[in-house]
Amino acid sequence: MSRNAKINTLLLLVVVALAVLPLALGLGDHKEEPFTGADAEAETAITEIEPDYEPWFSPLYEPPSGEIESALFALQAAIGAGVLTYYFGLHRGRRQGEQRALARLEAQDTAAQAASDEPSAERT
Amino acid sequence: MHIAEGFLPPAHAIAWGVASAPFVVHGVRSLTREVREHPESTLLLGASGAFTFVLSALKLPSVTGSCSHPTGTGLGAILFRPPIMAVLGTITLLFQALLLAHGGLTTLGANVFSMAIVGPWAGYAVYRLLRRYDVPLMVAVFFGAFVADLSTYCVTSVQLALAFPDPSSGFLGALGKFGSIFAVTQIPLAVSEGLLTVLVMRLLSQSSKGELIRLGVLAAGKRAATGTEAVAR
Repeated sequence: MSRNAKINTLLLLVVVALAVLPLALGLGDHKEEPFTGADAEAETAITEIEPDYEPWFSPLYEPPSGEIESALFALQAAIGAGVLTYYFGLHRGRRQGEQRALARLEAQDTAAQAASDEPSAERT
Repeated sequence: MHIAEGFLPPAHAIAWGVASAPFVVHGVRSLTREVREHPESTLLLGASGAFTFVLSALKLPSVTGSCSHPTGTGLGAILFRPPIMAVLGTITLLFQALLLAHGGLTTLGANVFSMAIVGPWAGYAVYRLLRRYDVPLMVAVFFGAFVADLSTYCVTSVQLALAFPDPSSGFLGALGKFGSIFAVTQIPLAVSEGLLTVLVMRLLSQSSKGELIRLGVLAAGKRAATGTEAVAR
């Protein structure tokens, strides 16, 4: 593995560790419902501060179940990941294509040079 | 950082909408100008938006025992400057408000203000400041993305504390409450976002060196050192 790839893998591993450690160490155990969303916790805090507050508008569309909601979240991540990998794949392919074209040019150059060198060598 | 639909009183919802609108309008102008003058950057713009899409869909566990998500706005802000990120962030927030019932239309202004305006600007400011003092590129990128992420959640805490001051301890008491829910949870996630942004920037500096030089992220001198033979041909 090149040094570059090692650093990139290490970066990913640290991110994974940061996500897994809270779970592995049971940092959510002190809660009734561990690892709920912070957004939902904020809603609870609002109703604690102002028990009479009623949301005055409700979402136009609400995913009918948790499964549909996670499907839509996965869709969001998939769209993003798809565009990102397209970008990097395209550029990798372009770079490889350029390198191949360069190699071909070089091969032609040397072949042409050899061809032009030969007759002059015969003449002398 | 998504304030749920209907969870800001109308006056606050309108005020944040009014505050955000000029930034988004200005951002749309910057975006169309960028695309018109540099059509080749469209792909990288798409990739920056895609990065925000992925990261803001990832809900990760944190040390406080709750889950939250990164924002992914630092990358685009560093590459294309914050105004353009105001647009890309708004698109992401609209997608989530309309399809996922995450955030909302009435709270869109407030959410745009925290995630698509303050986050990118704060991250970009830190990045530029560090670069001015010759801090290595990747270190500056890390802290730029870290600050973009964390400042977003601090703004959300302020927004909620302004709307719902604690009856006994007032604004500051509520700020402490919302801050402990959002900001503390977010610290390890902001580290993750910083690391992921560095990873993507490393990949970009391999695959799209020319583009990064044009955008002023990489110095043009580097090209002279490593890429002259390619240019010469």
